[in-house]
Amino acid sequence: MDKLKSAHFVGVTLFTAIVGLVFAAAPAFAQDAPDVGPTPHLVVKPMESHIGNITGHAAAGKSDYRRYCAGCHGDLGDANGENAIWLDPKPRDFTIATFKCRSTLTGTLPTDQDLYNTIGRGLTNSNMPIWNTFTKQQRADLVAYIKIFSPRWEKEKAGDPIKVAAEPPVSLDSIAHGKALFTKLECWKCHGPAGKGDGPSAGTLTDSKDNPIRPYNFSAGKDDSRFKCGNTNEDIYKIFMTGVDGTPMPSFADVIQPNDAWDLVHFLRTLQVNRHSKENEVLSAAHGVIPLYVDKQTPNPAPAAPADNKTPGGGH
Amino acid sequence: MRTKQTLLALFTLFVGSSLMFAGTVSGKVTYTGTPAKQKPIDMSKEPSCAKQHATPVTVESVVTGPNNALENVVVYISSGAPDDGQVPATAVTFEQKGCQYLPHVLVMHVNQELKIVNSDQTSHNIHPLAKVNREWNKSQPPGTPPIVDKYDKPEFISVKCNVHPWMHGEFAVLNTNHYDVSKGGGDFKLPDLPPGKYTITAWHEDYGTQTAEVTITGKEAKEVNFTFKAKAY
Repeated sequence: MDKLKSAHFVGVTLFTAIVGLVFAAAPAFAQDAPDVGPTPHLVVKPMESHIGNITGHAAAGKSDYRRYCAGCHGDLGDANGENAIWLDPKPRDFTIATFKCRSTLTGTLPTDQDLYNTIGRGLTNSNMPIWNTFTKQQRADLVAYIKIFSPRWEKEKAGDPIKVAAEPPVSLDSIAHGKALFTKLECWKCHGPAGKGDGPSAGTLTDSKDNPIRPYNFSAGKDDSRFKCGNTNEDIYKIFMTGVDGTPMPSFADVIQPNDAWDLVHFLRTLQVNRHSKENEVLSAAHGVIPLYVDKQTPNPAPAAPADNKTPGGGH
Repeated sequence: MRTKQTLLALFTLFVGSSLMFAGTVSGKVTYTGTPAKQKPIDMSKEPSCAKQHATPVTVESVVTGPNNALENVVVYISSGAPDDGQVPATAVTFEQKGCQYLPHVLVMHVNQELKIVNSDQTSHNIHPLAKVNREWNKSQPPGTPPIVDKYDKPEFISVKCNVHPWMHGEFAVLNTNHYDVSKGGGDFKLPDLPPGKYTITAWHEDYGTQTAEVTITGKEAKEVNFTFKAKAY
């Protein structure tokens, strides 16, 4: 008897709940911009961002975040949005405040400008689109909004942007030295001897959350190919000098001198074999052969590069 | 001059007396059950490291000794420690040698200088996966100067090298100088404890943590043993 009663009670409750849900959902269907669900318990701290003369405010970024970003990055900024399980690589977890694209040293917070640039540029080889439909003010507000998710933004300042020396002209010498560095610094262990992302360690890489991750394949794409954090020579310089935090890509700021860094940039451009560039023009003029780099200070040449799959091969 | 001497004498007396009444906690760390087999590491992809090992080394997540002794357990005073905030002036060193970390578990005080050296003929990247502290990732080619850093919050941090995926170590950043890491016999010793109530924590990277309460009343030696349950995998 008691059982029957309680079954009846459950039935009525369920019915009421379903009817309630249908009616509650109806207004959402009627609008052309449905909200993404109930607001979680989240204090929108008065964070700001400063992009040139624009000041972004967290409170102003809230509705854009919840409409455009929360689906992947999550209402709580913890990378647990409803789409997150389908994505590879995973969305950024703002609660940790570790960011890939920085002009600042590894382990430090990026500048507001770095985050602003990432939003407008998107992240190639991922599901983060190019949000160039947003106004500058909207992007600045979003930069401020994502700061509410980690206490680091209240305790720490952004790191100082690294100094980027003026770029020397592209030359065959510069490319040859860059290649010697690519060998010596063992970039090829992950990126592969021809930069195809197929080095001996490539298959073992995981990000800081233990998700498998691939090294960048330089040879893919043509003139439309992009790097994760921008596409100018200066962007490439910053990527390897500051590292891509949260991934296996380390920072080389302590081990590469500024001029050497530019030589490495020039060589990396030649790994983008189907892309028009000053570097590839210089290489074509030399019939595609990168000469062995000879250090002018010491008579010993850089280690020879055998043509097997263990060290970087010749030109293309 | 006189005041200085008096102060010095008082200081000596103070330090001396506190040590005179200091107690010691020591004991053994053991395990029950069967630990997972520690698999040999294939270093053939890094010949410069492989040739440094006459016999293949194994992973080091669970290192055991005779009589069920458990090594690499960090035993430390987690509360009641009398020296909170005293940062040792000397640095601790974390060495990369033969594509392994020496030591496998490195203990340091919050804000103590940490020196990371590469003694190998290959490039390593040092990637401590900090969650409370800052996470950074730096390349260290052979022959480059040590990386010097410090952590400002207590945390157990896994360390890996992305180039050599078998490399795995642990940083234990503690808020105390009263710690020991269990060695071959599973023994540990925490000396110089003034009278007081202490919580002692034993931490193992795979088997988790255990705690024990100890009260030191004077110059005495107390025994505390920890037994961890081994995981089969």
